[in-house]
Amino acid sequence: MKLLVAVKRVIDYNVKPRVRMDGSGVDLANVKMSMNPFDEIAVEEAIRLKEKGAATEIVAVSVGPAKAQETLRTALAMGADRAILIQCDDEVEPLAVAKILKGVVDEEQPGLVILGKQAIDDDSNQVGQMLGALLGWPQGTFASKVEVSGSDLNVTREVDGGLETLKLATPAIITTDLRLNEPRYASLPNIMKAKSKPMVVKSPGDYGVDVAPRLETLKVIEPAKRQAGIKVGSVDELVAKLKAMGVAK
Amino acid sequence: MKTLVLVEHDGKSVKDATLATVAAAAQLGDVDLLVAGSGVGAVADAASKIAGAGKVHVADAAHLEHQLAEDVAPIAVALMADHDAFLASSTTTGKNIAPRVAALLDVMQISDIMSVEGDSTFTRPIYAGNAIATVRSKDAKQVITVRGTAFEKVAATGGSGTVEAIDSGSASGKSSFVGAELSKSEPPELTSAKVIVSGGRAFGSSDQFHALLDPLADKLGAGVGASRAAVDAGYAPNDYQVGQTGKIVAPEVYIAIGISGAIQHLAGMKDSKVIIAINKDEDAPIFQVADIGLVGDLFKIVPELTEKL
Repeated sequence: MKLLVAVKRVIDYNVKPRVRMDGSGVDLANVKMSMNPFDEIAVEEAIRLKEKGAATEIVAVSVGPAKAQETLRTALAMGADRAILIQCDDEVEPLAVAKILKGVVDEEQPGLVILGKQAIDDDSNQVGQMLGALLGWPQGTFASKVEVSGSDLNVTREVDGGLETLKLATPAIITTDLRLNEPRYASLPNIMKAKSKPMVVKSPGDYGVDVAPRLETLKVIEPAKRQAGIKVGSVDELVAKLKAMGVAK
Repeated sequence: MKTLVLVEHDGKSVKDATLATVAAAAQLGDVDLLVAGSGVGAVADAASKIAGAGKVHVADAAHLEHQLAEDVAPIAVALMADHDAFLASSTTTGKNIAPRVAALLDVMQISDIMSVEGDSTFTRPIYAGNAIATVRSKDAKQVITVRGTAFEKVAATGGSGTVEAIDSGSASGKSSFVGAELSKSEPPELTSAKVIVSGGRAFGSSDQFHALLDPLADKLGAGVGASRAAVDAGYAPNDYQVGQTGKIVAPEVYIAIGISGAIQHLAGMKDSKVIIAINKDEDAPIFQVADIGLVGDLFKIVPELTEKL
């Protein structure tokens, strides 16, 4: 089975985003960028499936600016076999990303597409489900465990109130949650090797997809800040406060 | 404008999150409801009593028992021929289904809205809640998920909707339910709890986490939450996690104990009315958002607090 794994270049998750004063968005100039953490988990899961013998080839794909090649190189260094960048310098919305990925799937015919459940920049949580709908494939979203059994997958999902397990017929879509696995670090030899792995660059037009945005961002502001309150000196004082609020009797 | 709200339920009753989603929908126009499930007569009746309910479309069939996205989305899509906006709660159920509806309608979904600013203009959090974007949709129809804590819930009773059975479609046959492992949550569910006590990695072990927090929660009638660090360390189950990647909560009182206050945790609880922090590090970032702070050793403070309440 061939695996397709989608990755996005986003602000590094350790960096606190700064909102531009003019309300036009978040300032990304000279900010460290990395692979979206949920996508790292997706790449790791693909590699583990290959190591277990359940997959034969891993194709990493990204929709983004030229610099997203670095993100794809990271995926290759972790263990993906080849990469496809659909280069687009403007921001591409989830619906258009899903349409582009559908084009890639039609071409590559993978048995499974693994994606992060959401990107930590726009927090949309949409692409995997949209791709599933466009392809008419089943989906296992927010996965915390994936088991291959024959041509089916058992996917355990993190849902409100606990866990749920679904059986999906392949080809299928999986989106990853935090606890699916712990992604590996690429070793130096593998980083060197990744430089010679194949990467092709395409455009949304190659897949006939119009990426014109459907949503217009009118402004971006910082959320209202909370003010620090008071400190109490003892448990007795805290109990008195709780009682005054009516929380405790 | 005519809106369609996906009713979230467990086969028996309507989940509270739906009431907030209906509140958001009511700001756009008339509210019809969709109940999909198996043996959901009681849910449909309850839904028809939600304040402001119009038509309650009920798809009742065995293959809908587990509300699989592959099977529910086409039902919503069919109803959208006659509606202008589809709204679902920003819960794992809503987030699973809504994007499929959006893609099938060729609409760009607006996720996790916090306010309705106009017919097609909304605010939503981005970058883990570190920024709030105001967006306007250019699509003819809208597909929206709603952040439950951002809207005042409508009343669960007093409405007089009309229940109408609709075509339930057929099973996609590509996915099926195997099983569920639901945590036995005796304390109130986190997203609807009035008081939440939440623990961090400072508890040191799962035993200590529960031995200290459960009695305190019991005294306060509170739900129990946890930081991502505590969940990752195995002190608490996954669905306890409060934060941008876990649950977003906004109780009357949030008591953070042994939680330093990482950005991603704050994103999940900073809309709480009152935040109380207990931490031994007086410079912990949690104190920057806390209304009331107490610096000290949680292993001494928590038992004393439980006893004195």
